[in-house]
Amino acid sequence: MYTFKQHSILPGFNLALGFTLLYLSLIVLIPLSAAFIRTAELTWPEFWSTVTTPRVLASYRLTFGASFAAACVNAVFGLLVAWVLVRYHFPGKKLVDALVDLPFALPTAVAGIALTALYAGNGWIGQFLEPLGVKVAFTPLGIFVALTFIGLPFVVRTVQPVLEDIETELEEAAATLGANRWQTFTRIIFPAIFPALMTGFALAFARAIGEYGSVIFIAGNMPMVSEITPLLIVTKLEQYDYAGATALSVVMLVISFILLLIINLLQWWSRRRNSAT
Amino acid sequence: MTTITFPLSADTQKQRTTQEPAWIRILLIGLTLIFLTLFLFIPLISVFYEAFKKGADVYLAAITDPDAVAAIKLTLTIAAIAVPLNMVFGIAAAWAIAKFEFRGKNLLITLIDLPFSVSPVVSGLIYVLVFGLQGWFGSWLAEHDIKIIFAVPGIVLATVFVTVPFIARELIPLMQEQGTEEEEAAVVLGASGWQTFYQVTLPNIKWGLLYGAILCNARAMGEFGAVSVVSGHIRGSTNTMPLHVEILYNEYNFAAAFAVASLLALLALVTLALKTLIEFRNQQHQQRGHE
Amino acid sequence: MSIEVLNLSKQFGTFTALHDVSLQVHSGELLALLGPSGSGKTTLLRVIAGLETTDSGQVLFHGEDATDQHVRERQVGFVFQHYALFRNMTIFENVAFGLRVRPKKFRPSNTEIRERVMKLLYLVQLDWLADRYPHQLSGGQRQRIALARALAVEPKVLLLDEPFGALDAKVRKELRSWLRRLHDDMHITSVFVTHDQEEALEVADRVVVMNEGRIEQIGTPDEVYENPASPFVYEFLGNVNLFHSRLHRGRAWIGSIEVEAPEHAEAEEVAAIAYVRPHEIEVERKQNGDAALAALVVHVLSVGPIVRLELVRKNDIDITPIQVEISKERFRELQLVKGDEVFIKPRRLSLFPNHQNKVNETAQAC
Repeated sequence: MYTFKQHSILPGFNLALGFTLLYLSLIVLIPLSAAFIRTAELTWPEFWSTVTTPRVLASYRLTFGASFAAACVNAVFGLLVAWVLVRYHFPGKKLVDALVDLPFALPTAVAGIALTALYAGNGWIGQFLEPLGVKVAFTPLGIFVALTFIGLPFVVRTVQPVLEDIETELEEAAATLGANRWQTFTRIIFPAIFPALMTGFALAFARAIGEYGSVIFIAGNMPMVSEITPLLIVTKLEQYDYAGATALSVVMLVISFILLLIINLLQWWSRRRNSAT
Repeated sequence: MTTITFPLSADTQKQRTTQEPAWIRILLIGLTLIFLTLFLFIPLISVFYEAFKKGADVYLAAITDPDAVAAIKLTLTIAAIAVPLNMVFGIAAAWAIAKFEFRGKNLLITLIDLPFSVSPVVSGLIYVLVFGLQGWFGSWLAEHDIKIIFAVPGIVLATVFVTVPFIARELIPLMQEQGTEEEEAAVVLGASGWQTFYQVTLPNIKWGLLYGAILCNARAMGEFGAVSVVSGHIRGSTNTMPLHVEILYNEYNFAAAFAVASLLALLALVTLALKTLIEFRNQQHQQRGHE
Repeated sequence: MSIEVLNLSKQFGTFTALHDVSLQVHSGELLALLGPSGSGKTTLLRVIAGLETTDSGQVLFHGEDATDQHVRERQVGFVFQHYALFRNMTIFENVAFGLRVRPKKFRPSNTEIRERVMKLLYLVQLDWLADRYPHQLSGGQRQRIALARALAVEPKVLLLDEPFGALDAKVRKELRSWLRRLHDDMHITSVFVTHDQEEALEVADRVVVMNEGRIEQIGTPDEVYENPASPFVYEFLGNVNLFHSRLHRGRAWIGSIEVEAPEHAEAEEVAAIAYVRPHEIEVERKQNGDAALAALVVHVLSVGPIVRLELVRKNDIDITPIQVEISKERFRELQLVKGDEVFIKPRRLSLFPNHQNKVNETAQAC
């Protein structure tokens, strides 16, 4: 027997669901579909040549390369931060814990100008790097720094709760069976948090790919060198190349949706892994 | 930085079978603090340093400049529209999803999360495609002299889009966890739908609602990419605070740019403080509930 | 008020929760719905309350059809399994809720509400907790408040879903007899759901035993315990031993034991299973003329006034141990130790034909 909804005596289902669907359609679904419908006006060769010009390809390489590198750094240091926050006590820990979310709360434009000022040749950090021949601001390295800042909370906040839930009994059991600390970590703890770590990595990566505000200030925005794909979309838009901008944004959307799917699968895996223990 | 001390008394030493040696702990804590200092604390401090570098007069002048005041007003207006809208949406979506069983629920949850995975630039662009001069409704809007793109309505729409999930995703798990028994009990006792919602459901979710609203507000006030695409950057009219920061910065007016940015950084700090406060309260509450 | 349930059926997807269930609840009685989880007892209770709809069938309140009545109009008091107290309200406000949400015309005045709530809190002996919040109360206290809240709207019927399910053993026992006394004082028609047979038998006027969406038996606690109507009821209410047997024209054989079975006069060479309670088995050291089954003592548990013996038949086929309960005096007379040979025979038994098996296949076992 087909039933859309199970019976309930609570009122308001039709109203609530109806409003939810209407709102989502008007705000999210119809505008998003516009990108796909407008792109469909292009022929496939037109579309393909638009999204594979050398300048566009260079922007993909930069966007994905820098995002991947930033997500990797965040995976390592995010795990470290989560570990330290869960396992150790030190003065100011509460403050540090609260400030980890700063990249979520700080407007990206503010982050962008602050990082640029710091890493410029005369900035607080840049002045030490410049003599070593390391240029950060206005280079791809700067993009990597901005994306690392933006993605920092993701890994910490996905790994932290899982780490908190690991029972000390598991580790004690490993210890009674003769495992040393390193063995306990690699064989017991790490496998338990691995799905969460991957989820955090994917979230940071996905966020970095679409990031705009914090990057454009520090990037230098040189075509072929330090121009990210979102910036290229804006540039095309400012040149009234709507078809080009839309085609590129469809590529970005498709990649985002694939990443969203992967993230959902990872979260499902993570939940299953944690409920099984 | 203050010196770090570790409690290494006899009884804490005893439970160290599941603990690393002290030097490893110090090393890991040290690494963490160095990393966070470089990537978090110094950027945050530098915003305020740069803002006040040229003195309090320059700072005050920058934030009382008419264009800056207009930007602040616009940013507050947009948040005042976007946050309540997404609040109503979040409550409706969470009510439907958490209190009822129906098909396609998981798909709906994924759709609500969708804006999080869309690049801000694309979020702005799609509204240009719908309402812009070249867009679906462009010519109709032009005929009726209604401006959405490069005007305030466009900024509001783009902001609402990027902040859609914030409140819903706080409320859905919270209301799912609370179940339906209390609402059922209220209805059995004769309460109407609205009475049940106002007297039973709403008091139970108020903190989650506030939490979501604070995060939603922070993003609404700070959004840059999406707003930048639809705003047109008209000073004193369609310039939000983050866009104003960009304009000042590109004019090499660094002190003024950082002055306005410092207000946004302050907003971020207040957001984090409130967020931490609510989390702390919830923790206390949970502990009390488990007694 | 009486409740009548006629031919209720309810399906959840492919799962049949209720299968053509009919039932009558007499005015003023305390009725228990007893069954294992998934037996449909909670669904039945929720249908009576109006919290759940049915696919077919009727619910009558005092002879009037209430099937399509909204739960708000049915005037039932419902006590939820996890109490469902409003966590944001004080105990007082919880109990007052049902009165406060009434339309202005029917709403009692504040002083009246106050009087009624305090009276109820006094009735459940928790008037001193009026200003506390639910999370400050123990499980047993919450349960009593949930009951007071349900009673505040003066329901015609009181429905309780696993009322003692979430409490620890000692509090359960106390609340059980308290509920019985309360019911005796108020005489409000009450139905409660439980999976605990002891609870049902001890508290209820009548017990409805349910299994897989059907009613297996309805009767007083004595009736269902002494004369179970089906193998399921036998196994669900207390321990029972199973013996393979053969039925033929009103007589049955368990091994060499022959018993009268007039209710199976029509049976022709049918395999059957004899159900025997542990305390209805006689144990002898010697075979004194009558037919009996030989068995070995494999375990003796002699703590308390009742001694439990575990026996194994000597035919090597029935390996399931037989549970026997005898009094301490009888045990002293017999002076049994592990390994002794004994002869047993059932004092009382019930026979249920085993329709799946032909007699020849199981005759060996007898």
